[in-house]
Amino acid sequence: MHRGVDAPRTPAVGGSAAAEQAPAKPPDTGAHLQQRFDALIADDERIEPRDWMPTGYRKTLIRQIAQHAHSEIIGMQPEGNWITRAPSLRRKAILIAKVQDEAGHGLYLYSAAETLGVDREDLLDLLHEGKQKYSSIFNYPTLSWADMGAIGWLVDGAAIMNQVPLCRCSYGPYGRAMVRVCKEESFHQRQGFDILHTLSHGTPAQQAMAQDAVDRFWWPSLMMFGPPDERSAHTAQSTAWGIKRLGNDELRQRFVDICVPQARALDITLPDPDLRWNENRGHYDFGAVDWAELTRVIKGDGPCNEQRIQRRRSAHEEGAWVREAADAYARKHHNSSAAEALA
Amino acid sequence: MSASTTAVPAGDLVRTAFAGYLLGLADDSLILAQRLGEWVTRAPQIEEDIALANIALDLLGQARTLLACAGKVEGLGRDEDDLAFLRDEREFRNVQLVEIPNGDFAVTMARQLIFSGYQYELYRALLTSTDPMLAGLAAKAVKEVAYHRDHAVQWVRRLGDGTDESHTRMQTGLDHTWPYVEELFERAPGVAALPRIAADPASLRPAWDSFIGTVIAEATLTIPQPTWRARGGRAGYHTEYLGHLLPEMQYLHRAHPGASW
Ligand SMILES: [Fe+2]
Ligand SMILES: [Fe+2]
Repeated sequence: MHRGVDAPRTPAVGGSAAAEQAPAKPPDTGAHLQQRFDALIADDERIEPRDWMPTGYRKTLIRQIAQHAHSEIIGMQPEGNWITRAPSLRRKAILIAKVQDEAGHGLYLYSAAETLGVDREDLLDLLHEGKQKYSSIFNYPTLSWADMGAIGWLVDGAAIMNQVPLCRCSYGPYGRAMVRVCKEESFHQRQGFDILHTLSHGTPAQQAMAQDAVDRFWWPSLMMFGPPDERSAHTAQSTAWGIKRLGNDELRQRFVDICVPQARALDITLPDPDLRWNENRGHYDFGAVDWAELTRVIKGDGPCNEQRIQRRRSAHEEGAWVREAADAYARKHHNSSAAEALA
Repeated sequence: MSASTTAVPAGDLVRTAFAGYLLGLADDSLILAQRLGEWVTRAPQIEEDIALANIALDLLGQARTLLACAGKVEGLGRDEDDLAFLRDEREFRNVQLVEIPNGDFAVTMARQLIFSGYQYELYRALLTSTDPMLAGLAAKAVKEVAYHRDHAVQWVRRLGDGTDESHTRMQTGLDHTWPYVEELFERAPGVAALPRIAADPASLRPAWDSFIGTVIAEATLTIPQPTWRARGGRAGYHTEYLGHLLPEMQYLHRAHPGASW
């Protein structure tokens, strides 16, 4: 069934440039509005769509929520790649359901973004033109069935780590969307772990497949938390605004700490010779992440960047006549029912 | 529902006929689910990625129940995966309609309209099957298929009565898929041996005709008059397309004989 979206909608006000014209912002009373906003943030209260908010806050949220929504939609592709080839009917059903969930997440998030005065069509255009980004993890190819396991375990696992704190995000519609999303992500993570567990306890070929998938996805998963805090352009301001609750490095560390024992349970080796328990820190130490690779992939030079955007664009372009037909039909039938009402 | 609740009819002929009948129903759902799965990430809008995935999931669920049951009736120890992944082209019993390529969205919606319209009448008829498994499956599936049919009807109306381009494409979609209609309502040889268990496909035709006729007229479209018709799917005689769909679906399972997933 179509999944509903819980984020309240406000009428879309055209292009993303309209985001600058905060609908509820009367320019003359700026100081006291700012005070009220600051007080809400200080009290850990939620900002709602009709509340006044600083332009920078609105812009940051639009960028972040759009990027998050795009990640859900682009993220359907690496896994969608295996729907027709899943090795059992049960796995096929689980995979279809998961990819369908990701599409639903995209919709909740576009709706949350729309409460800030942009609309989905414009955000999609920005994605298709390469003007808005999505998580760089989805620019890696899925080369074997085991990648469905590695993605569920590591990529959905990292997403949960990032998203649980976002449930407390100061912007109400985003926080509420995250609560729904997180429930489904934990199912995604478990099914990924289960795929890998089955493979790593299967035939030698299956075990090798599982190890290879983790070898390829481990480091890109660590990059999902973003660059180190001292290099992150947005972290400090987002933290002050209650959008971001925990730093990139702290989240990454928590993720590593959770994954190490799970990898052991899977009988899979994490591809990092420097990974070891540090008694003093009470955490696992891990090797240096190749930040140059992250920068390169974000800038477009990853194995699948071109292909992912191309797929999105062609789906959108080839579907244009369908969407136009739906609009034309709705107009005709709206008009004719209005005419009947008048007759 | 468990396949063991099937009232397996006595006698080898009937048993073979029943297994074949179940396989026909199962394969229709399985192959169409496979085709709809190809749409995911390629749909005209995200809502349709979700809707088509959802329909594929329902069909896959029906296929799994039916395959498991066919395996039991057949009595050779084959489970749902053995039947889905280890049979060759000539052993598939689905109608040809479900195996043809997706084409554009109009072709897919034409196929959905035809097939969900047929499945709706089929499962309604099977509600009163004397076989408890089939009656139980039908009770669940008829609700799913009512949604599939409604989804197709809405799109056929929108596309038929939308823009000039969509009207032309929708009519072309109907023209392209209509040669595969007759086969759906043909009496398969085994069905005569299964009175009150199976539904006679020919008996589903009048309700289908009247429903589809209304939808096509509302959509300002015309019922095609094809010059040829497909035949033979239920006997394992398929289009060339199936021989490309199956290797993609089956290769991984076959590459690791005996492995569990
Ligand atoms: Fe998601
Ligand atoms: Fe997920």
